[in-house]
Amino acid sequence: MSATTLPSQRAGLLSRERTIAGVGFSRWMVPPAALCVHLCIGQAYAFSVFNLPMTKLIGISQSAPEDWKLTDLGWIFSIAIFFLGASAAVLGRWVEEGGPRRAMFASGVCWGAGFLVSAFGVYAHNIWIVYLGYGVLGGIGLGLGYISPVSTLIRWFPDRPGMATGMAIMGFGGGAFIASPLSVWLIRQFSTDTHIGVAEAFIALGAIYFCFMMVGATIVRLPPPGWAPAGYVAPTQSSKLITTKNVFVYQALRTPQFWLIWWVLCLNVTAGIGVLGQASAMSQEMFPGKVTVTAAAGFVGLMSLFNMGGRFFWASVSDFIGRKSTYFVFFFLGVLLYSLVPQTGELGSVTLFVLCFCIIMSMYGGGFATVPAYLRDMFGTRYVGAIHGMLLTAWSMAGIFGPVLVNYIRQYNLEHGVAKADAYDVTMYVMAALLVIGFFCNLFIRAVDERHHMRHEDADALGVSS
Amino acid sequence: MSHATTPLHLALAWGFVGIPLAWGVMQTLLNALKLFQ
Repeated sequence: MSATTLPSQRAGLLSRERTIAGVGFSRWMVPPAALCVHLCIGQAYAFSVFNLPMTKLIGISQSAPEDWKLTDLGWIFSIAIFFLGASAAVLGRWVEEGGPRRAMFASGVCWGAGFLVSAFGVYAHNIWIVYLGYGVLGGIGLGLGYISPVSTLIRWFPDRPGMATGMAIMGFGGGAFIASPLSVWLIRQFSTDTHIGVAEAFIALGAIYFCFMMVGATIVRLPPPGWAPAGYVAPTQSSKLITTKNVFVYQALRTPQFWLIWWVLCLNVTAGIGVLGQASAMSQEMFPGKVTVTAAAGFVGLMSLFNMGGRFFWASVSDFIGRKSTYFVFFFLGVLLYSLVPQTGELGSVTLFVLCFCIIMSMYGGGFATVPAYLRDMFGTRYVGAIHGMLLTAWSMAGIFGPVLVNYIRQYNLEHGVAKADAYDVTMYVMAALLVIGFFCNLFIRAVDERHHMRHEDADALGVSS
Repeated sequence: MSHATTPLHLALAWGFVGIPLAWGVMQTLLNALKLFQ
């Protein structure tokens, strides 16, 4: 046995060394490993299915005065999203340096434990325990899980980094499709005439997700140093917008490129998230009598499918046309489509309205999925996961800013006598204006100045290699 | 001990994530069809 194998044998099962792939390992095992995590944490998008049952835990058939209010429950998701951004930003370097298995394991523990603690909160009927469980613990699980496979996928697919990260981030969009019917089914199984089975559903979900995520943590592997796919020749010189160098995680914060991409993501997400939450009401109010409540629910489902599909489609397209061009498409097409939405109301064309929003949603998802590869192009592979983690604060910001903007503009219009059907017109034009700003932020992105690149001695001091 | 990936490993791994995802997408598509009814 060679001496070189001894350190890896001494290292723990979760260590980076024990995650290095052996000879004959297929890189196509890594996307399913990433999906194991992202499909689970994508449940966050479906948390709202618990809202109504959780308002009737005491009253059972209807809300009792002691029951939780929807406004109390709304905070659960908000806290989780806040901790997603915060943990991804703070723990990004820990994730990068410890390797994907340790991060996926920690994510699975936090995510599963978050459900168990929440179940206890529901059982004890104490909302603060639920905030701590799903909000804080679950939110940390979300943040760790979201960034854990990103740089690993980029290393395995240097030839198609957009497609690879697009697959994982598509899973985050798709997780809600599984969680929503599964949660409804579980609640129904555990409910009786005198009890609503939310706590039991939480326990079941926590256990299922923990096991699923452990499968991902078990099969994930890092490529050996110097590995490249067959036939792929790594560029030795940086091209105009794709670097071969690395930028240290905290140094990236000192570059204008980081903040321009931060705004690009924030503005793209603000525009999408703002209408995502309002889509059902908007379709019914813009087309009264034509779009029923049931049809509106179908519309929301269709938008979610395009949100998921767009993540894979646009991120894959970005491998061919470049990241900057992909975002130019988002912003240019987005301005056109948002400006067109009010005309669809005037024309009374539901088909055109649905088409506009499906394309908008595909670009909303595409914005999330393309950004890791954009960061890799700008800052190199070594710390891309950690830098991505810090960039997710743009998502947290957009999550607050987008819905508030849409709600306030609509309310302002209604208070000033604008008809319900027309109340969204100004919103659409404001969203289009945000995308114009995003267009210019993207326009100003240039290659990172050489002074920000890690030098060999920096890398040696940190004990890292690209 | 060989750790080489076999086609069976790949099928199991992709099936493990693909089947639940396909089921979820199918449920959503069925709901989305109500838009066109």
